[in-house]
Amino acid sequence: MGVRFEDLTVGAAPAKLTIGPVSRTDIVRYQGASGDMNPVHHDEPFAQGAGFAAPLGVGMYPAGVMHAWLAGWVGPEHVRRCRTRWRAAYFPGDTLSFEGRVTALTATDGGGECEIEATCTNQAGAVTMQGWLTARWGEPGL
Amino acid sequence: MVDRRADGLVGEAFELDVERGKVREFARSVHAADRAFYEGDRPIAPPTFLTTAFHWELDVDGAAIWERVAMSHERGMHAEQEYVFHGPPPAAGDGLIARSRIESMYEKEGRRGGALTFVVMVTEYRNAGGELVAEARMTGVETAKPPTEEG
Repeated sequence: MGVRFEDLTVGAAPAKLTIGPVSRTDIVRYQGASGDMNPVHHDEPFAQGAGFAAPLGVGMYPAGVMHAWLAGWVGPEHVRRCRTRWRAAYFPGDTLSFEGRVTALTATDGGGECEIEATCTNQAGAVTMQGWLTARWGEPGL
Repeated sequence: MVDRRADGLVGEAFELDVERGKVREFARSVHAADRAFYEGDRPIAPPTFLTTAFHWELDVDGAAIWERVAMSHERGMHAEQEYVFHGPPPAAGDGLIARSRIESMYEKEGRRGGALTFVVMVTEYRNAGGELVAEARMTGVETAKPPTEEG
């Protein structure tokens, strides 16, 4: 069970989440689960041949972490939209921190809608990813 | 190098069965803590779960149309990804029928010069009754130079 719509305020935030240091195993496990086996994320010679010092992390992994974390806060059944924009690469060994806050609330008949903005920041303080999630309460049938 | 002929392409339909074990595997891989992703006969799928379409579309000739875009593995990047749900997100036990289309291709000048080519692919997910239940919108970008050199 997530938060109740009536308990939310603009600026309200879920408890910050930190993961890492991200391991190769984390990345390989995510790639296997998702089915995206792009070798640039786990194959050292391939990544170096593509101009990277090491395999770079797969972007959908922290995107999945961010939106599952936000979904847990609002209640997964309330999620109606999630969006991710990548700003910079991350690499194994990085520690990633997720922060979010409510930016807009709209009350509707018997419920409401909530807009959340979130960021993913590495240990150097650089934003590697931005995310947005929309949650809705009180639709017919819920 | 992006193949402009892929613009407007519509793929073949493919099935995506939302399975309990797959929901659990995916939830664990993104460190999802909420028990709704793990418990009950029909656990709910995490918000980005439909990315597992990779496991389904590759078995249907003409479904995985992103390959036809021919974006470079070395210079191609995932720029944005969006999922829209027309109701609660999918849950284990749901049988979905999906179809992808290349929605647009456009160019922009990069911050350090050199053209960036953006490609947007939309995948629609319908239930057995044909109702639109979810949409995935993926934006890929190909740089003229390796992405590490792009500010």
